[in-house]
Amino acid sequence: MLRLYATVAAGGFRRHATYRVATLAGLFTNTVFGFVFSYTYIALWAERPQLGGYSMADALAYVWIGQALITVCGLMGGGFEDELMERIRTGDIAVDLYRPADLQAWWCAANAGRSAYQLLGRGAVPLLIGALAFGFTLPDDPAAWTAFLLAVVLGSFVSFALWYLVAMSAFWLLDGQGVVQVAWLTGLFFSGMLLPLNVFPGALGEIARALPWAALLQVPADVYLGRYDGGGGLARAYGFQLGWLALLLAAGRAAQAAATRKVVVQGG
Amino acid sequence: MAEPTAYRTDGDPDACRADDAPGPYPAGDGAGGCRAGDEAGGYRADDGPGGYRAGGGLRAYRMVAAMWIRSTMAYRASFALTLVTSFCVTFFDFVVILLMFGQVRGLGGFSFAEVAFLYGTTGTAFGIADLTMGSLQRMGRRIRDGSLDVFLLRPAPLLAQVAADKFAVRRLGRVLQGLLVLVWSLVLLRGEVAWSWGKVLMVPGMVACGAVIFMAVMVLGASALFWLQDAAEVTNSFTYGGNTLLQYPPTVFAQDLVKGVVYVVPLAFVNWLPALYVLGRPAPAGVPSWAAFAAPPVALVCCGAAALAWRAGVRSYRSTGS
Repeated sequence: MLRLYATVAAGGFRRHATYRVATLAGLFTNTVFGFVFSYTYIALWAERPQLGGYSMADALAYVWIGQALITVCGLMGGGFEDELMERIRTGDIAVDLYRPADLQAWWCAANAGRSAYQLLGRGAVPLLIGALAFGFTLPDDPAAWTAFLLAVVLGSFVSFALWYLVAMSAFWLLDGQGVVQVAWLTGLFFSGMLLPLNVFPGALGEIARALPWAALLQVPADVYLGRYDGGGGLARAYGFQLGWLALLLAAGRAAQAAATRKVVVQGG
Repeated sequence: MAEPTAYRTDGDPDACRADDAPGPYPAGDGAGGCRAGDEAGGYRADDGPGGYRAGGGLRAYRMVAAMWIRSTMAYRASFALTLVTSFCVTFFDFVVILLMFGQVRGLGGFSFAEVAFLYGTTGTAFGIADLTMGSLQRMGRRIRDGSLDVFLLRPAPLLAQVAADKFAVRRLGRVLQGLLVLVWSLVLLRGEVAWSWGKVLMVPGMVACGAVIFMAVMVLGASALFWLQDAAEVTNSFTYGGNTLLQYPPTVFAQDLVKGVVYVVPLAFVNWLPALYVLGRPAPAGVPSWAAFAAPPVALVCCGAAALAWRAGVRSYRSTGS
């Protein structure tokens, strides 16, 4: 069974690796946005050094981590939900449900393959370009990289769980584009893609940092910046991510179960 | 077909249902392997002199757009919802600037009202361009699956048809939001700026020219799709990326970058140069001060370049034949 999902994941990786021009185009766009955001953050941190507890170098690293993780952690769309919802809408999902594999696990594996490719194809290069252009420090400790990668992997799984839940809405709404739009909007804002969550003021910041979207970018970035160092800090970061992951996967599963019952009642 | 994640900054609800929307275009029934240049040449001959062609293009655009509006209005509740969301999407964009100004008094030496003015002008200009030409982004898909052939067979200019394809009224949300911020900034600035007739006329003028410049960039980007169907995201870095760039004062950015958007991709003429004139600030990076008035000719040159690129693209089009 595990071999099956490994094959599905490898397929997801290969499928996205086919679109080389798109990867290059995406890299170009990530870099342009990285530069624009970097300069605005420089202006912001020049006015208020240590804003949100970040030094200017931290803030710049944050910008480029964000650009690197856009597709990996589904910050602007999960990258699979359109296709899944289309299958639900057209009824092709019935074929998927016949397969001797779990629907959620199948899509999770495929998405893991996609994320792995995006990490290699679109993650590393922006970080490198940013580091060269703006001279923020890359950690030289392999342990720091391992800790960061683990947070990124967890983040990408939380993103899957979130977008899977969003896609499940198509069973009831058929045209789930409105839901996607709302999810996309809240995700963009509450992931800290536009502005780090620790710069958000007061209660808004407290809430934003507790929501699942914080697990996608803010937590991995803070792990990278060493803000969870010492005293079981990393365990707190991973615990936060794992907690939301478990909750969201369970919610997705519940939605899937309810939907499947409904599909059977309606005869597909 | 997996469309690797793009910057869908308006969360385009049509993005995934490419060909089975309640539209009049049958999908993928293009004639096998026809050479597009011939068709293009064919109807160009009938179209007659330039003036008539432009008029025909506008008429075709209006007809296709009106049809899509009617089809959208069939689902009024859904339309209202997407309009509101489109408005909110762009509003969140502005919330970021509000949050920034919650922490600082000025950004690059510009006050909140001045940054809001920059935001409102580029936002409105980009919104108008996105409303009218935003559909061009999806042409890569039509090239890939061959459904562009159907367009080429119709006796109407291709650009008008593709640009009006799936015309989305909800994109008005972005225009409205930009206008709202612009009006707000003007209210805040009414005492700070020494208004003259030139400056008052400059505001609508720069929005109009800015919209035309953004449209030209979108057509240029779409022309590239004839050769590189998957490269749609590169255009995004100039349109959405340019829009983000122009929301902030030029003093924030490296001078080389500013020179790049003056002399290479002339986005600075959308709002930076004219806005600096309105705000009574010096032009950046050694740009002559009369450049503030150069937006109309720059927009014209952009249109010329876009027209040439589009023509070259259509001529080199080869159908997938599927």
